[in-house]
Amino acid sequence: MARIAGVDLPRNKRMEIALTYIYGLGRKAANVVLKHAGVSPDKKSDDLDENDVRKIRDAIEANYRVEGDLRRDVQMNIKRLMDLGAYRGTRHKRNLPVRGQRTHTNARTRKGPRRMAVKKMGAVKK
Amino acid sequence: MPRSVKKGPFVEKYLNKKIANAQKETNPNKRVITTYSRRSTIIPEMVGLTFAVHNGRKFLPVFITENMVGHKLGEFSPTRTFMGHSGDRKVGK
Repeated sequence: MARIAGVDLPRNKRMEIALTYIYGLGRKAANVVLKHAGVSPDKKSDDLDENDVRKIRDAIEANYRVEGDLRRDVQMNIKRLMDLGAYRGTRHKRNLPVRGQRTHTNARTRKGPRRMAVKKMGAVKK
Repeated sequence: MPRSVKKGPFVEKYLNKKIANAQKETNPNKRVITTYSRRSTIIPEMVGLTFAVHNGRKFLPVFITENMVGHKLGEFSPTRTFMGHSGDRKVGK
């Protein structure tokens, strides 16, 4: 059971796949890392020895930002837009789609579950 | 697809002139450059200047900081006014 870049330890998967459990590594990046480390993509994650793990760890560190670091980078980029007062920043602040999609309908991913329109009754209740 | 690097950033031609003029002044902060050109990219030379960017109705002042380089002028001059929905009173209370 290998532990790479924090808390990731998928069991008995091909390394090519196992590495994609790390935030910031997809199939492509996983293969690049394995090539750098000199580990076969077909090797199961249970069969790794200490040496392999170390080499993979080094390869990731040298070439990619993953997990917390990457998440922080993304957050910083968004925060930059918000502080700047740019249009994209205000869209982030309001949880609306950022890239010009329509909001008349759809856009549920950003807006969250549908809220019922508040009728006159609601005003009476208060 | 991004713009070709060969061409360099897009800036309206007359803006270049205005920037050059503004920089010559002793106190460039006071001078406000009025423009309709929302599509112009903000280039490093503009840092520290104030632009009045048209939003379709009026000109909004935009003070250019270093972080804004690479964005367009229009990004900082919102064109829509959203006053909230009529049923949203709950949020206020």
